[in-house]
Amino acid sequence: MFMSKSKKIAGMVLLSATLLLSACGGDGSKETSGTGGKNALEQIKEKDKIVFGVKHDTRLFGLKNPSTGEVEGFDIDISKEIAKEILGDESKVEFKEVTSKTRIPLLNNGDIDAIVATMTISEERKKEVDFSDVYFDAGQSLLVKKGSAIKGIEDLKKGTKVLAVKGSTSAVNIREKAPDTTVLEFENYTEAFTALKSGQGDALTTDDSILYGMADQDSNYELVGGTFTEEPYGIAVKKGNAELVDAINDALKKLKENGKYDEIHSKWIKTN
Amino acid sequence: MIDLSILINNLDTYLEGFKNTVLSSIIALIGSFILGVIIAIFRISPLKPLNWIGTAYVEFIRNIPLLIITFFFFIGLPALGLTLSGFVAGTIALAIYTASFIAEAIRAGIQSVPKGQMEAARSSGLTYLQTMTKIILPQAIKIVIPPIGNQFINLVKNSSILGIVAGLDLMYFGDIVSSTTFVTFDVYIFVALFYLVLTIPLSLGVGYLEKRLARNH
Repeated sequence: MFMSKSKKIAGMVLLSATLLLSACGGDGSKETSGTGGKNALEQIKEKDKIVFGVKHDTRLFGLKNPSTGEVEGFDIDISKEIAKEILGDESKVEFKEVTSKTRIPLLNNGDIDAIVATMTISEERKKEVDFSDVYFDAGQSLLVKKGSAIKGIEDLKKGTKVLAVKGSTSAVNIREKAPDTTVLEFENYTEAFTALKSGQGDALTTDDSILYGMADQDSNYELVGGTFTEEPYGIAVKKGNAELVDAINDALKKLKENGKYDEIHSKWIKTN
Repeated sequence: MIDLSILINNLDTYLEGFKNTVLSSIIALIGSFILGVIIAIFRISPLKPLNWIGTAYVEFIRNIPLLIITFFFFIGLPALGLTLSGFVAGTIALAIYTASFIAEAIRAGIQSVPKGQMEAARSSGLTYLQTMTKIILPQAIKIVIPPIGNQFINLVKNSSILGIVAGLDLMYFGDIVSSTTFVTFDVYIFVALFYLVLTIPLSLGVGYLEKRLARNH
């Protein structure tokens, strides 16, 4: 009786120790494999393919069209143009779905070469990844049902429920700017918007660029109060890849000069 | 190595989630047990309509993903005019889902008690309900403890569904810690450890009960 119990416990301890050890081992090997060898730009040129992490659930930026199976949006078109500049052909681009939560881990794992996924450049994130120049200027705003008592951020009081997306800067910002309000975070924009529509919150907050897409989809909802933050979107690459950042910046500059950028911008974003 | 500072710096957040996970699990555990017993009795009831309701419940609920049941309570019910918070919606869904498995375990337990016992009790003048509560169920409980224990362990782990509907549980705050610290692996290792704090004692408790009841036989 006593023996079997202590054996069981010993077994359990051993098992958990093995799990922890194997976990650490996995982490270590990833880091070494990532840094060794050629730089990211050379690697991309060698495999003649660039993998972008993009959103699949964000109207106007990266949205999977269910009838064609293609992902469409501003981020997608920009990615294709960048691939064209770097590799000479826009068909050498590959897209992988990311969310606000998964994009940095996927980048650091080497699953994707760059993130083009409505990602705001922030000091915090600069510690984790390298950013290109700004490729889109957004600002955080509020989406409410038409006729709502909420007219701007000053109406967010104690007891007001604001919906946001996990891992987004808007969730952090809203807690700072309206500290008394309750913030509920969801997996993605679709779920947050569905929750707003079913009355689980009073307002939804994120970048105006994304909110325009939602208002475009359901005219019962509108943006209120203008923007209260500046959210410059950047393209993120793994830390320490200056060559790739430069190549992306050159491509962006070219797009802005030859008018391609404005063309893509006005194709997707229709400001009132 | 696992970074302990993540746990230390975010301990309040983890504990807030842990508290809600415990609360949700306890409510769902009690709810699912009561509901499970009722459905099991329906399923073996000699009354046809009750029997039909019990069977329909088990076959519907058991064969639908928990996630969809949760979304029904969180997003579907508001369309009918009743808005439940993520915590409440998730906990109800958890209780209703687990009840279908518990009902099946109890039904199997009751049906494993020899038929002669029911016949003997009924011919001694006991009503159907008396026979059930005094003769059959006390015997069946012993048989069903291991499978029900498994369901309770599953229930605690399944409570992570609350994280999807902003139910403020361990998984929800795990996601938030992970997105503010940019660390994924270590954050979820600690989440897993908090779940183990709940499930290992539960598992040992079920093992203990099982042994003790076997001795009584």
